Amino acid sequence: MRWKTAEFAGWGRALSARSDVARPERRRTLDEILADGLVPAMGMRRSYGDAALNAGGRAVDMTRLDRLIAFDPATGELEAEAGVQVGQLAAIFAPRGWLPPVMPGTGFATLGGCIAQDVHGKNHHHAGSFCQHVTAIRLRTAAGVVEVTPEGTPDLFRATAGGLGQTGVILSATLRLMPAKGDVMIVTERRIDDWDEHIAMLDASRATYTVGWIDATATGAALGRGILEEGETGSGLVPKRANSRKVPFDAPRFALSAPVVRAFNQLYWRRVPESGRTVVKPIGDFFFPLDKIHDWNRLYGKAGFHQFQCVVPLAAAADLRAMLEAIAGSGLASPLAVLKRMGPGRAGYLSFPMEGYTLAVDFPNRAGARELIARLIERTRGAGGRVYFAKDSLARAADVPAMYPELDAWQAVAAKADPDRALCTDIVRRLKLRGAA
Amino acid sequence: MNRTWIVLGATSAMACAFARQVASDGAAVLLAGRDGEDLAALAADCALRGARLAEPVAFDARDPAGFAALIERARAEDGEINAAVFVGSMPAQGAIDADPALIDGTVTDSFTGPARFLHLLAPVIEERGMGTVVGVGSVAGDRGRLGNYVYGAAKAGFHTYLSGLRNRLTRAGGHVVTVKPGFVDTAMTWGLPGMFLVASPEKVAADILKAVRRRRNVIYTPAFWALIMLIIRHIPEPIFKKMKI
Repeated sequence: MRWKTAEFAGWGRALSARSDVARPERRRTLDEILADGLVPAMGMRRSYGDAALNAGGRAVDMTRLDRLIAFDPATGELEAEAGVQVGQLAAIFAPRGWLPPVMPGTGFATLGGCIAQDVHGKNHHHAGSFCQHVTAIRLRTAAGVVEVTPEGTPDLFRATAGGLGQTGVILSATLRLMPAKGDVMIVTERRIDDWDEHIAMLDASRATYTVGWIDATATGAALGRGILEEGETGSGLVPKRANSRKVPFDAPRFALSAPVVRAFNQLYWRRVPESGRTVVKPIGDFFFPLDKIHDWNRLYGKAGFHQFQCVVPLAAAADLRAMLEAIAGSGLASPLAVLKRMGPGRAGYLSFPMEGYTLAVDFPNRAGARELIARLIERTRGAGGRVYFAKDSLARAADVPAMYPELDAWQAVAAKADPDRALCTDIVRRLKLRGAA
Repeated sequence: MNRTWIVLGATSAMACAFARQVASDGAAVLLAGRDGEDLAALAADCALRGARLAEPVAFDARDPAGFAALIERARAEDGEINAAVFVGSMPAQGAIDADPALIDGTVTDSFTGPARFLHLLAPVIEERGMGTVVGVGSVAGDRGRLGNYVYGAAKAGFHTYLSGLRNRLTRAGGHVVTVKPGFVDTAMTWGLPGMFLVASPEKVAADILKAVRRRRNVIYTPAFWALIMLIIRHIPEPIFKKMKI
């Protein structure tokens, strides 16, 4: 197997690492690679920070091992190799009346990556997290290939779900798909005037899929204004998805400067009529709006960007409001900001979700933004919340134990599955997740 | 109408992308190659993506004794029988220089093996009065270069064979598309120095299918390679022989 030595970056491009990466196209090649010892796996590298990076070490790119293995139309159970992309599963199965039960914000995320981050979607308040729908994982641990199931091997399952790939290389998994009415989305969009209305609307929403876009530049009385999107699957005429576009170069710094973002957000907010509207969209447009613009991360220029995403308990909504105030006051936020109510569903020791509100905001990678995010992380911790490993690039090791109370239990299982610590990645080292080395 | 694609060398990244695209259009796919485990996995994948039928079949370009069975299996399907040839091997030129016996295998994998197979298939296409052959060659076959002229020579031979086969099958209602890919992002090019403008296997597969629909004769994929190769073909030999590209 040939190893490619190159600089690999997380999606935010603020963190990168030089590593040797193999990309097997056959199962046998992967077996040969792992015969010499475990190597951390990576997928499409859609985690924003350093979850997929292994500076100075090796990694296996799993994206070419992406075949569907079996599907049972009686139960909706689909078995597939870890490298398959969740958006492809949606495209293949939606016309047959099935959807992945949980879809993250990008369809490029792989099955293995969705498990390793126990991702959530716009239906988290009903459906819970991704791994709650995973019925089996074939995992290559130091001891060989293990069939991991929630009932048969509960500890290993909980350590693998959201476990950042630290228990083994995920080879394939079985996911229970969800029946869908068809392959279009019926989306209701409503203008929200301020924070209190935003929270009240999220609390009251009964839709299957709910998410709030938030204008993170609005201050004062308009703080927290945005657009509430509620979606249901439907059938009917399928509007064809527009061709994707590509960002061909790194944008200059002014592209996302404060006045530009303010003006954009103003227009984006006013695009929805005051009385609201209902539109029919292709599934991909609703779930993966940014996937239409390939390499959109280049809009932030060479320096890259950070995404801050936290969740705080329901009772800590006031803390979240204060955080949004700090963000809006800083003039550093980008147009990409999302507010959502989460349910309690989570499948692993290190899963991100908790019942509460989650806020996600992108910031260009500048000193001011890094300082602001550090303060936001501090505040999150004080509010009894946590930050999301799939997004984080700035938290410190000391932040983690309070945010993830089951860290000890996870460490014990990871240590057993990978005693040589061969699977450690940059995020694991930065946050000392597997304990002091 | 029933459509069947025989895919030779089916587990390569380009062939896999091609097989998936015809599978999702509902064609039958006979996936031919040497790695039985991987072929079976790809067959299951193609079936789940919508193939009318997906079967792994053993095929080794160096073992022509096995060709007839594959032709018979294809003949059992009604309708249009097509074939897409993705086989080929490219040992490093340095390895060939050290062991010239490698030339035989390279030429068999990339030219004479597939040519012998297609020679058995041609009568089936003539009989049915329809069917398309896709032959994947290479830009390396357009001119002999220091870096890989044995592989290039085998591909050049294959190009010429395909041109003749096109001449023959056109008369009977069949068609042949010669495909010359530039750099494609596969295991063959992964980590090789000097790669640029590398195309995804999915893009190449889509280009091939477009060429099949439009009954194109020779295509470069991505298309800009036509321009690059036009220039390279026209460099006068006295200059070209001193170049290292």
